[in-house]
Amino acid sequence: MSLELLGLSKIFIGRDPGEGVHVLDQIEHRIENGRFVSIVGPSGCGKTTLLRIIAGLEKASAGEVLLDGKGMVQGSEEVGMVFQEYALFPWRTTLQNIEMGLEIRGIEKEKRRATAMEYIKTFDLIGFENHYPRQLSGGMKQRVAIARTLIMNPRVVLMDEPFGSLDSQTRNALQEFLLRIWEKRADTVLFVTHNVDEAVFLSDEIVVFSKRPARIIKILKIEYPRPRDRTSEECNHTRRDVLRVLEEEMKRKES
Amino acid sequence: MKKERFLLPLLLIVIWQGLCTIQVVPSYKLPSPVEIILGFKDLLIVGVPPGNFLHNHILYSLYRVVLGYAAASLLGIPLGLLMGWSGGLLRIMRPLLEVVRPIPPLAWIPIAILWFGIGIKSAAFIIFLGAFFPILLNTISGVVSIHPILIEAARTLHAKEKDIFLKVLLPGAVPSIFVGMRIGIGIGWMTLVAAEFTGVKEGYGLGYMIMTARDIQRPDEILAGMLVIGVIGLLIDIGLRAMESRTIRWK
Repeated sequence: MSLELLGLSKIFIGRDPGEGVHVLDQIEHRIENGRFVSIVGPSGCGKTTLLRIIAGLEKASAGEVLLDGKGMVQGSEEVGMVFQEYALFPWRTTLQNIEMGLEIRGIEKEKRRATAMEYIKTFDLIGFENHYPRQLSGGMKQRVAIARTLIMNPRVVLMDEPFGSLDSQTRNALQEFLLRIWEKRADTVLFVTHNVDEAVFLSDEIVVFSKRPARIIKILKIEYPRPRDRTSEECNHTRRDVLRVLEEEMKRKES
Repeated sequence: MKKERFLLPLLLIVIWQGLCTIQVVPSYKLPSPVEIILGFKDLLIVGVPPGNFLHNHILYSLYRVVLGYAAASLLGIPLGLLMGWSGGLLRIMRPLLEVVRPIPPLAWIPIAILWFGIGIKSAAFIIFLGAFFPILLNTISGVVSIHPILIEAARTLHAKEKDIFLKVLLPGAVPSIFVGMRIGIGIGWMTLVAAEFTGVKEGYGLGYMIMTARDIQRPDEILAGMLVIGVIGLLIDIGLRAMESRTIRWK
């Protein structure tokens, strides 16, 4: 049982012929269900585009995405996405943001409210259920955004640099929080970041992308158990490996 | 702070009254504040023309405005939402709007009279034209300015087009819709008074009232009437603003 990316390519068509941008080049990978996989790579290399394709927000130019051997339709119920800029609905309170998906699904009010309240508890948002996003801190906003995605019970959770705009203490706290939640749920997570530290702390596996057009240039499995000590010898070692691959890639001339 | 706000107007009124009392300005051109208050009393209890009382003038004017304004909102808001949503519709409609929009509402009066005759329909039509474009254009810009990421977030929550329209575009455009409605009622109210200058069948209306006061040489009643028009415009705006801040607490 796995999520399979089969020969995914993406070319954005430009206005004139020959102006297109080649973003993804034959991305081929298989992720066992329930794994936490991070994708790192030079900025602008197409990591986000890959997530957007899996989420159904973008069409692949070639290739396909399979979940448990079956092709996934665009915007499948099995996929959820968390955005870097939170993307909370500013006119909805914490509670209303979290229950938005259930509302769209047509779940009756009493029931979806009860479910949303459970998430409010789990996500440590008690007392803020009637606050609007502008009244929340960055860390809280991202917790709301994650809860809003997870309440739909997706089997694959896509996270696009979710902690990218947070200060480092909040970021560390949220990483630990995310792991606690994930360990209980066993969803597959695809986590885009350009923070190698974060990738090492969180992941079962780190996938390194090349410059555009992105190919997979390295896959590192991280076997040692969680919770991990960010400053431990083994974490440092993995971090060094990833950074070396990235550095070499950055030095490589445009082909 | 509060007290200071009234200082300048109060001072002006005192000077004004003084100038009138020592007869520097003739009262048939500029009546004194006291005379205007008395004129206001006449509007209330004698009426202009006699028997047509102020409250009825107000009610008729409001009726015309409500009619035209309601039509402008009921058409402008849904149309604006649709046009903001669909690029195609916007492209088709834009040239037409660009041509019609710069025509001042008052320039429509002659053709309105030809189409609807003198009466409530003409006046409401003029108000409609004044209010419609600000409401429409602000609704469009409200929808267009919604961050695309919110629409994508809704899509990843499996929103259908209907959900996106009702749960993202509409609530997201509400602040801008309110701006349009406030500008719209402002222009509508101004246009109304002018529209009533050109004739009303019922013998009621604030614009009609002050024109009649001019016919019978009552500058005190003209100025009292102008004040009433201004105060009502202000009250309408205050009302809409209260509605606005209640509706968009999230801003």
